[in-house]
Amino acid sequence: MSGVLTSAGDLRRLVVRDLRRELRVLDSLIINIAMPVIIMVLFVYVFGGAITTGSSGLAYIEFVAPAVLLMSGGYGAALTAVNIADDMTGGMIDRFRTLPIGGWVVPAGHVVASVVRNVAACGFALAAAVILGYRPDATLAGWALVLGLVAAYVLAMSSLAVLWGLLVRSTQAAGAFSFVVLFLPYLSDGVVPAETMPGVLRDFAYNQPITPIVATLRALLLGEPVGSSGVVAVVWLAGVVLVSVPVAAVLFRRRTSA
Amino acid sequence: MNVIHSTPFTDAVSARGLTKSFGATRVLTGIDLAVPTGTLVALLGPNGSGKTTTVRILTTLLAPDAGTATVGGHDVIREGVAVRRVIGLTSQQATVDGLLTGRENLELFAGLYHLGGRQARRRAEELLERFDLAAAANRRVGTYSGGMRRRLDLAASMVSAPRILFLDEPTTGLDPRSRAELWSVIRELLASGTTILLTTQYLEEADQLADRVVVINGGRVVADDSPAALKRQVGAERLVLRLSRAEDAPRAGAALGTPVDADAAQLTLAVQGPDHLRHTLDALHRAGVAVEHVALRTPTLDDVFFELTAAAA
Repeated sequence: MSGVLTSAGDLRRLVVRDLRRELRVLDSLIINIAMPVIIMVLFVYVFGGAITTGSSGLAYIEFVAPAVLLMSGGYGAALTAVNIADDMTGGMIDRFRTLPIGGWVVPAGHVVASVVRNVAACGFALAAAVILGYRPDATLAGWALVLGLVAAYVLAMSSLAVLWGLLVRSTQAAGAFSFVVLFLPYLSDGVVPAETMPGVLRDFAYNQPITPIVATLRALLLGEPVGSSGVVAVVWLAGVVLVSVPVAAVLFRRRTSA
Repeated sequence: MNVIHSTPFTDAVSARGLTKSFGATRVLTGIDLAVPTGTLVALLGPNGSGKTTTVRILTTLLAPDAGTATVGGHDVIREGVAVRRVIGLTSQQATVDGLLTGRENLELFAGLYHLGGRQARRRAEELLERFDLAAAANRRVGTYSGGMRRRLDLAASMVSAPRILFLDEPTTGLDPRSRAELWSVIRELLASGTTILLTTQYLEEADQLADRVVVINGGRVVADDSPAALKRQVGAERLVLRLSRAEDAPRAGAALGTPVDADAAQLTLAVQGPDHLRHTLDALHRAGVAVEHVALRTPTLDDVFFELTAAAA
């Protein structure tokens, strides 16, 4: 029991370290606060007028807001790869390894800090949407589920980012992962209705995880029934976490074993 | 009881036959090393000689291919956790967080050593004072000078008050003044009873700090002696002579009793003190060798290797 408490304390210290770092780097502040707002404004005002939401019959802001949340949270989460690569390629990992702490708290600290930061980023995006006229109609339970789902998405992307950050050998290569995560929502039903896409892309859009996650968030935020997309979304996210965490653990052990 | 003890515990660090290869590259080809408790041993060698690899093995960060090593009486391979409890490491790369302040770094590490909140703050404060960083305590480490950053690295290694400290090229890249400051910090640590293994490329640094110098080259130990003995062997000063006529070189060699390259206008030889210098110049004068230019310089690491490898050959 005391071992668990000690590890929790170590984890907290590393999370605080990570959040402090983020607050001191202008890039991260831009990514976590300015970018979510800018993307939301861009989609609603620049693209919004030209895009019809097809058979859904929604206003564009109602259609696109969930995808913008995922872009906002996902981009920052993907940069976790850079943070872990920074520690691994610099001398920090040697310092951590000579401390009496479990090695796993180092990547875990990055992941937990990423969830805190990027759920906040989603909050900024949502606030921007509300200012632009979005009126969510979720129940209290619905809001709780939205928070849970967004946190799960950030968690999944952060774990995947750690895996990537451990796989590559430089911080530059680690940064590349964020582009994948940023672009995935474009190839889903999140930004434009997938029914308007050509065949292959449409098939991809309907079968990739962003589409059911967006559909679930859309329904929860508008206070409508979620349907089967909720289960599909949860299965996808659970799958990503259950695969990436053990693989990342093995990679971390291999990179740090004597 | 007149028992002569030869227990391994008198050596804080002891290694025997360490070898390590990375792929096809043999980095260590059998390192033997001992650091008696309470002393400072310098591991002297050029880049790529295996210094860092040796330190990484002794600090449990890397497993050797063969050989054994104990640190603080614990086996580095089988008792890694126990070894880590008694050592501190300052590696060549920055092992402090540049975005945090000096104080935040030390409090973070103190926390990770599981000191309580107040105790951690007090320990950080003590170390900031001791390593002359109090004035910069609340500045981000990214703004520190090279010397300050090294001192913070050293302070971070001392958070747990380790008995044995490993310093991997602690002064490389520092200006002479910062180097001298760091030396005095290292001397204080030694005086307070810490056992230190230090790696360096500078003969002068080893001479200044070490009780014993282990010279390594190409992954093996080429000398293991006191600085004084090593200097005796290498010669205190280097005399550099430029001859007026290159064709005098063989005659100069004969007069001095050392082999020289034929037609080499410049000769370098070790001299032991003023008398030796005078005799050398007298000998050349008697042999009718005209000298155009004379210079004295302190021996470098290159001279040490030349001397040691020449002795081995």
